[in-house]
Amino acid sequence: MNNMFKNNKYLILRRISQITIMFLFIGANIWGWKILSGNLSSAKVLDSFYIADPYMVIQTFATGFLVSADVLIGALIVLLFYGIVGGRAFCSWVCPMNIVTDTTNWLRKKLKMYEEDVKVPVKRSMRYWILGLGIVLSAIFGVAAFELVSPISMLHRGIIFGIGMGWAAVLTVFFFDLFVLQNGFCGHICPLGAFYSLINRFSLVKVNHIKDNCTACNKCFVACPEKQVLTGIINKKDSQIYGSECTNCGRCIDVCEDNSLEFSIIKYKKLKIK
Amino acid sequence: MNEDKMATRRNVIKKLMQGAGFVGLGGLTWGAYVDEAKAVDIILRPPGAIPEDDFMKACIKCGECVTACPYDTLKLAEPGDNKPVGTPFFEPRKIACEMCTDIPCVPVCPSGALDTDLVSSIDIKTKQQVLDINKARMGATIIDTKSCIAYWGIQCDLCYRACPLMDEAIKLVYDRNERTGKHAMLKPVVDNDVCTGCGLCEHACVTEVSSIKVLPLSIALGEAGKHYIKGWDATDEERLKGVKDDRINEEESNNKAMDYLNSGWENLVDE
Repeated sequence: MNNMFKNNKYLILRRISQITIMFLFIGANIWGWKILSGNLSSAKVLDSFYIADPYMVIQTFATGFLVSADVLIGALIVLLFYGIVGGRAFCSWVCPMNIVTDTTNWLRKKLKMYEEDVKVPVKRSMRYWILGLGIVLSAIFGVAAFELVSPISMLHRGIIFGIGMGWAAVLTVFFFDLFVLQNGFCGHICPLGAFYSLINRFSLVKVNHIKDNCTACNKCFVACPEKQVLTGIINKKDSQIYGSECTNCGRCIDVCEDNSLEFSIIKYKKLKIK
Repeated sequence: MNEDKMATRRNVIKKLMQGAGFVGLGGLTWGAYVDEAKAVDIILRPPGAIPEDDFMKACIKCGECVTACPYDTLKLAEPGDNKPVGTPFFEPRKIACEMCTDIPCVPVCPSGALDTDLVSSIDIKTKQQVLDINKARMGATIIDTKSCIAYWGIQCDLCYRACPLMDEAIKLVYDRNERTGKHAMLKPVVDNDVCTGCGLCEHACVTEVSSIKVLPLSIALGEAGKHYIKGWDATDEERLKGVKDDRINEEESNNKAMDYLNSGWENLVDE
């Protein structure tokens, strides 16, 4: 039992974090709690200040509407927070879609369906194109384009305010990830994750690899949803994982049995030498 | 130039074309969907909502207004509602706006999609801006006089009594019942200059499908056009001030129009 907790420490902590945040939002809507109200697009914290999704604010900005200072500052707070703490921590510690796509990954492993089995002519860089396209389309059509189609928004809004047919969008992501493309949504399509990747470069929390302990068992590669960030580092050199697409989910640390991976604070000197 | 270089150049061009094709196709599909999805115009917004086009730009779909609404009137559009997903709306036949005097839904809006100024008026005594729900213009109300039973001559004044602005937004007009010859008809009539579009009348209506309905202003209201000026309305006449007279005065038009009936008939008669 103790072992089970130790081997899934970060997974359990992440689930607690994700579910607690959603629960606080639900509490605000149903029982009038004041801790965290709204949803992941924009929320009011402790009834005193706002936080807002910066990618959404950029889209709104592109439509030609200047949002109020409250929301603008809220977006800056989020930008600073993830910029400092760890860019894609949103994806793995907050976003409820992560639970869905992690489930597909788990199912894929159980059903022995691996990425290598099917060749799909789509690169992980596609999400950056979608990120840009979202802003351009917002400007053309005068409405935040990604917010109208985002399955993430449909999911977190659905959990808090009622989901309607939104489950169909979530199911689409589930089946897409399960049968079409491994890590298809989070790793190839989602422009929100792409946006947080962009501000991840200099964030403080990075996973550190200790080469001497590594036995090249490959378990971290199997577990990692963004394998490209591990390539060239694992069993090759002592280094931090600087790849900006790392979500700081800590799954590699959980599965590593050789103590060769750990969370650490960024070493800026090494970053410069690189 | 050697073969290898040519081959890589060809590859780069191929890749570029592929990328452009992908972005173009994706953009068109996504754009077409977005354009369709936002084009729903039969939707009632919370009080204080800015005009629909701007509202779609401004609303960040956070649901603060929905959380604030004490009567569960406001809802965020869910996929399947066939409304722009995530934006707030209400359906008066289900739950109408109760017109809270403290308007909890408007000041909580963080983005400016709901504007406090649009539901405020100046207090005469203190000269300060105070919330005034009667300023709200959520929609306009229309009555189907063919299915309204009051227009049949049956006594029903539910909409009139449900209206928070009774005798202002909905008035009863007395009319003679020609069919019976001895009864009065009490016909409800809406004044959309006063009506806030709360929908309490639509909610109260007893007919199977409500005979009185709130529709978005852009759908329900007509517009006479700027070239009509009400000569009997002093404020409307103001608009004529400073207007340049660009009528063409030709020689013929200097002659006054002939008054055939009362004078000058002599000229018309042949000698």
